Amino acid sequence: MLTGLLDGLFSGISIGSVLLLAALGLAIVFGLMGVINMAHGELMMLGAYTTFVVQNVFKSFGSPWFDLYIFFALIAAFVVTALFGLILERGVIRYLYGRPLETLLATWGVSLILQQFVRSVNWVLVTGIVLFCLLFFGALQILSRRANFDRIRNWAIAILLPLSSAIAGMTGIFLGQTYKLAMTRPWFGAQNVDVTAPKWLRGGLPIGNFQLSYARIFIIVLTIACLVAVYLFLNRSAWGLRIRSVTQNRTMSACLGIPTQKVDALTFAIGSGLAGIAGCAVSLIGSVGPNTGQNYIVDTFMVVVVGGVGKLVGSIVAALVIGTTNYIVGSGVLSNLFEPIKPLADFFTFFATTSMAKVMVFALIIVFLQIKPAGLFPQKGRTVDA
Amino acid sequence: MSQTYGATAEYTDPAMGSPMLEVSDLNVYYGESHILRNVDMTVHPGKMVCLIGRNGVGKTTLLKTIMGLLKPRSGTIALAGMPILSQSPDQRARMGIGYVPQGREVIPRLTVKENLILGLEAIPDRKSKTQEIPEEIYDLFPVLKTMLWRLGGDLSGGQQQQLAIARALMGRPRLLVLDEPTEGIQPSIILEIEAAVRRIVQTTGISVLLVEQHLHFVRQADWYYAMQKAVLWHLALLANSAMKSFSDFWQYKIEKANQI
Repeated sequence: MLTGLLDGLFSGISIGSVLLLAALGLAIVFGLMGVINMAHGELMMLGAYTTFVVQNVFKSFGSPWFDLYIFFALIAAFVVTALFGLILERGVIRYLYGRPLETLLATWGVSLILQQFVRSVNWVLVTGIVLFCLLFFGALQILSRRANFDRIRNWAIAILLPLSSAIAGMTGIFLGQTYKLAMTRPWFGAQNVDVTAPKWLRGGLPIGNFQLSYARIFIIVLTIACLVAVYLFLNRSAWGLRIRSVTQNRTMSACLGIPTQKVDALTFAIGSGLAGIAGCAVSLIGSVGPNTGQNYIVDTFMVVVVGGVGKLVGSIVAALVIGTTNYIVGSGVLSNLFEPIKPLADFFTFFATTSMAKVMVFALIIVFLQIKPAGLFPQKGRTVDA
Repeated sequence: MSQTYGATAEYTDPAMGSPMLEVSDLNVYYGESHILRNVDMTVHPGKMVCLIGRNGVGKTTLLKTIMGLLKPRSGTIALAGMPILSQSPDQRARMGIGYVPQGREVIPRLTVKENLILGLEAIPDRKSKTQEIPEEIYDLFPVLKTMLWRLGGDLSGGQQQQLAIARALMGRPRLLVLDEPTEGIQPSIILEIEAAVRRIVQTTGISVLLVEQHLHFVRQADWYYAMQKAVLWHLALLANSAMKSFSDFWQYKIEKANQI
């Protein structure tokens, strides 16, 4: 009985910590900034693929290095996804602040683009994109030094856009024809790829007849570390104070002299970077594919909404509760518990599979949100209506 | 079609030096409705200028345009001789405009101390990362010292107003813009705020641009602008102590204006 309880608790925390890690970035991007980022799952996927790449690089370095690759992968995943988040914010989202519907559609589009991108990315594509960016944005940068830039801006774009895309396209076709498969073979392809955990993360800690997997313990520790880091950053640092100010009252913050655009970009980049770290963690417990992100996006939004938008504590509790409920319902503990009462036992046996457990959890969440629409920890005080 | 009345010659006395704020020929629209028509206004260094007018004539609109929250269709705004129209609100704040908006706009879920520290953001190129709140602020508003750890949003209206002014002063502005600082605040606190603003002008020598309805407060100003139907009238007029209410004051000004 005790081991069963421990088992349930640990598994719940373990599922919850993955959920929480995935939702942490979203708690910042959606909870604090109010941006509905449907591409959040794909940012996780990018982080997972970054881990895969780092792993392959370190494999060639040999054994002492390979055991430590995961730490470098975490940093790389954070940096890559944060940079991508920065581009996304500067290029798309900043034009859509205060327009949730458009943001939702635009970021969903970005998520589809990203999924297809990892399927078909190859040297030709990358060379083309890099060349285009260099030509187009480089030329615009040079032109912007001219005094009459505002007048010629539209003309410049009209000429530069087709010109640089034509050059980039031609180069791509040329490379593809000259080097054939070496250049055109996709890096990852549509199949899932596997990340091998370093030796010290394989296996588990045996407790009774049950094993605590090291990878799961690692994820729990990682989640706690990220939580502490985010908390300290938001509540102790000068930029954290600016972020909290801008998210509460954008206009007044600007009037106080806070560079709101920089703050927006930074906040989004950090939220995205956390998605990357989550992706890195997720790659340890399963294979990684272009659809990895989609498996998590609904769950992460659930966690943020159930917890109460804008509340970090809410996300923590919600993730643990959802994780534990999911496990308890899915593993059939309840149907064993209600063994004597036949109809109840049948009822819980029906839900005792992973996918059906999810159905039940979602149904419970819908009921819960009817009772408490603002989530577990709604904003309180005089300030709510303001 | 800006019209000026009263002692204009005296007002533009060259001895006062170059103006701290100079608004000229400003036209602001909300959509297609013309809110401000060809507005001219000058605030000289170390002077307190009061902008008066009935509700809805565009006083707040003018202040928001000065702060950069609204874009004018035409006209220029210069701060100490520098044109600022192309600057964003945060850049203008760092150039030395301290803004206390209507409705205070204290950041609700930050503590009073954090709100005050945010005021430091307006100091350009801050070398020392001090997060200390100077003693002068507590001298001006003693009530703030007792509630440093309360949330800004949980303060009463009067306390929020004092916090908002203190926050603007933390950035050591050259021009303090106050939008109805006594709106909806109990009389005793009004007196405190008034005394604080007077002390600020006397001790720091910054310019103040004030929108106000409360007569007692209005009398503190050195110069007045009266706004009517989106047109700014400039009145260099000292408040007469015989006037008991704002409408007396207003009436007096209109008569004065009509005489000229």
